Amino acid sequence: MQPFTRHTGIAVPLLKDDINTDQIAPVLAMRALKPDYKALLFMRTRSEEPDFVLNQPQFREPGILVAGQNFGAGSSREAAVWGMLANNIRVIVARSFADIYRENCLQNGLLPVVLAPPDAEAFEARVLAANGAAPFTVDLVTQRISGPGGPDIAFELPAADRMRLHEGLDDIGLTLKHRDEIVSWEQRMASAQPWLQTAADNRT
Amino acid sequence: MPQTLFDKIWDAHLVAKRADGRDLIYIDRHVLHELHAPHAFEQLQKQERPVRRPDLTFSMQDHTVATAPGRTDDTNPSGAAFLKAMREGSKRNGIKVFDLGDPEQGISHVVAPELGMVLPGATHAVPDSHASTVGGLGALAFGCGTSELAHILATQVMALKRPKRMRIRLDGRLAPHVTAKDVALRIIAELGVAGARGHVVEYAGSAVRDMPIEQRMTLCNLNIEMGGRSGFVAPDDSAFGWIAGRPYAPQGEMWDRALAHWRTLASDDAATFDREHTLDCSALEPQITWGTDPSQVLGISGRVPDPAGVEAGRRAAAESALAYMGLTPGMTLAGLKVDRVFIGSCTNSRLPDLQAAAAVVRGRRVADGVVAMVVPGSSTVKREAEAAGLDRVFRDAGFFWGESGCSMCAGGNGDRGEPGERCVSTTNRNFEHRQGAKVRTHLVSPETAAATAVTGRIADVRQLLSGHS
Repeated sequence: MQPFTRHTGIAVPLLKDDINTDQIAPVLAMRALKPDYKALLFMRTRSEEPDFVLNQPQFREPGILVAGQNFGAGSSREAAVWGMLANNIRVIVARSFADIYRENCLQNGLLPVVLAPPDAEAFEARVLAANGAAPFTVDLVTQRISGPGGPDIAFELPAADRMRLHEGLDDIGLTLKHRDEIVSWEQRMASAQPWLQTAADNRT
Repeated sequence: MPQTLFDKIWDAHLVAKRADGRDLIYIDRHVLHELHAPHAFEQLQKQERPVRRPDLTFSMQDHTVATAPGRTDDTNPSGAAFLKAMREGSKRNGIKVFDLGDPEQGISHVVAPELGMVLPGATHAVPDSHASTVGGLGALAFGCGTSELAHILATQVMALKRPKRMRIRLDGRLAPHVTAKDVALRIIAELGVAGARGHVVEYAGSAVRDMPIEQRMTLCNLNIEMGGRSGFVAPDDSAFGWIAGRPYAPQGEMWDRALAHWRTLASDDAATFDREHTLDCSALEPQITWGTDPSQVLGISGRVPDPAGVEAGRRAAAESALAYMGLTPGMTLAGLKVDRVFIGSCTNSRLPDLQAAAAVVRGRRVADGVVAMVVPGSSTVKREAEAAGLDRVFRDAGFFWGESGCSMCAGGNGDRGEPGERCVSTTNRNFEHRQGAKVRTHLVSPETAAATAVTGRIADVRQLLSGHS
């Protein structure tokens, strides 16, 4: 995973609630095992709505997505994160995230930011005012967003998530440090609840 | 200290705390499907990491499989590569595949319980947001993405933050022809599409206790539609009886030991929940979605809301939903002409769902101009339905009777509606374009879907059956 320290880019206002992964990564765009993830992002909306924010010339090179409540609801499809990265969107600032989508972000070095409500309102206003004319910078080390229209805005990410993104840690590697504990759990369970440690077909 | 059942299962599966503070939770059963697993197999191959417990892992071909009789890999051309990659990745890693043509192939959330892979108090993971379907048997199940799926394959644990606890108490008794689907839609309407975010939901109360296991699965299946991390019903004698004798369930002395443990699986009386919600089910009528998210729900006798009366934050969404759905405020949905009816998906494709729909269809015909489909949730369900003659009921009425798979739920297999069609569906998501470009989806129970198919108009199944349609 690519480590995350700081990301500068055009902030795109998509200020709607409950944007779901069917919109972000339509199934029709996932018909190939390795689809074009850049083209897949909001594919249907981009093709059908000329005024859609990502179609507007000032937002053609996005870097940060700004959204409403419950971003990434619905299906667990990770293509909805890969599509962001393929478009160089490495930060999403939303009022809140759907649980599985947020996990998928952390797995891929896509920074999910939730601001305190007054800050979110102020930031959204500044993003609308900037209208793609100047970029914002999101710094994970100082946990600040800087950019046109006002002072830096502080955000908080749990220390553990911050470390994982910042160091680009291999999640599986991190867990495999606990291999001995996994083995001893399995041994313990094999005698305490043996039915959990076997899943054999009784007919064979 | 009194504990919730969720806490008991979580603590029993806690392997270690990771350096970043996450809990490593052991996954007892891991069920994969071909839309996402191939990418995880490829990742592990690149990293030269083996699958830790192929014996606790099962592969299902469900999302991209065609439903046409005599189907092959190529019947849905875009599915072939997924099916092949799934087959090869599973074989390479020693994982059993329920492949096309296997007599037990089907939707992961239907097959795993019916084969007895799902056990009370066990943990499950599926790379699919509807993983918690199996919570109907008292299992704790998590949906996950592709990277997490690779993580589970390599380690057999998930690295999770402990969710909060929520209890939804369903009191009263369901009226005839009112089902778990109707209950779930009403709950989502009350709590909203993000109402259970960050929470594991325990469904309790007399209405849940009265539900057969398949209904409990429907209830738990829709938990994600209000953002819940997982959802389950504490297991009881109906659950134990349902599991007994299934092929992958424990047998003999092991069964006795398991059963003794399962009988301890309940929240303590004094346990506290972070949130509680109660719904009296007695007065509930069949429910139907009017909008483009699963919280935009009406009773079948209700009227489409006026966005002006909707809370400010939801008003724009309501306006846009009405425009997409081609509806006007104040109208009733009952009586509205439909083009398509779909009965199937992990939400409502088990044998009792098909029996309930067939009971409505029997002796009637699909209305002219309506395309109606039934897609059983598994090849086992299909076989059992055929043995009971249900396929004849549906076919004689003019329904398409398909091979099992996810089909029109997400359209990943090419089963889709045509632009502008109004589709009444027993699935779980009425999102714009999900069942095909510009398709207008209304989510309902199997009985409401069946009544709608035979009248050609959105129907109150109670009126149809009492002769007042």
